[in-house]
Amino acid sequence: MASSFSPDQKKAEDDAEVQSLRDGDLRATETFVRNHAPWMLALARRILKDEAQAEDAVQNAFASVFQNLDSFEGRSAPKTWIHKIVVNQALMLLRKRNRLQEEPIDDLMPVFDENGCRFEDPWTVLETPETIFQQSQAQKHISALIDQLPDAYRVVLILRDIEEMSTADVADALSLSEANVKVRLHRARAALKRLLEPLLRGDAI
Amino acid sequence: MSKKPKSMMRRIHGMMFKLPLMITCEQFEDFILAYLEDDLPKRQKMLFEIHLKMCRECREYLEAYRTSIELAKDAFTPDDANLPDEVPEDLVKAVLAARDT
Repeated sequence: MASSFSPDQKKAEDDAEVQSLRDGDLRATETFVRNHAPWMLALARRILKDEAQAEDAVQNAFASVFQNLDSFEGRSAPKTWIHKIVVNQALMLLRKRNRLQEEPIDDLMPVFDENGCRFEDPWTVLETPETIFQQSQAQKHISALIDQLPDAYRVVLILRDIEEMSTADVADALSLSEANVKVRLHRARAALKRLLEPLLRGDAI
Repeated sequence: MSKKPKSMMRRIHGMMFKLPLMITCEQFEDFILAYLEDDLPKRQKMLFEIHLKMCRECREYLEAYRTSIELAKDAFTPDDANLPDEVPEDLVKAVLAARDT
């Protein structure tokens, strides 16, 4: 991403990029595909956890981008627009795998007694992200733990906390109410906290 | 999670959280998301913060909850600078072929 550009320059560059795609310029199209495919693949992989399906989602997303070039009005940056398309295409494949059913994650939820008081083992140590990431395998290990969450929760956590989409946009993409997105996000975070506990309490990976 | 026999402290908490201006840990749990998004009405925010001050379990829980969000972000956050440049050639060809027809 060219951060040295002023917003106006970036906008002019984006407009030119979209225009050359509209003109059907094949070389510009190839450059466009090579520039955007890496982050699109990374995003699709995160959602689908499957390389072949991620490539399918990206291929479908490019097809949708090209098909809808005329309706792209430039009110947002092309990347924001393409991001939404990749998310939708990836979710469509995930739905086809029938993986967005709500599955129980009660085992990973916090526990309370009959008075509504929390059971929480005392935290004598709470590691910081900085110290945890000093372990070379940390990133891989945490990604693998996130992947353990049931898809219906995992996807909400990825779209909200990692992709930083708004609650409204996530609700829209998943055809859920905003209230439901919030409930799932909180449960996903609570479950992840439980899965990360050994790491947070200082156990080595 | 160890469910130890009810300690004196736990019984005191159970009674205390029934007093006015007190919420239980279970109610606190329901407020967490809105609290972190600064989306709680003033009164609920106050109740949340009173509970936070009084309850060791919830204070530590919230701290660990926040840290785990940070960990997830750091482990997964898209970083364009670190993305591999190479794209599977088959994918590029398939996209361009579809575009060409």
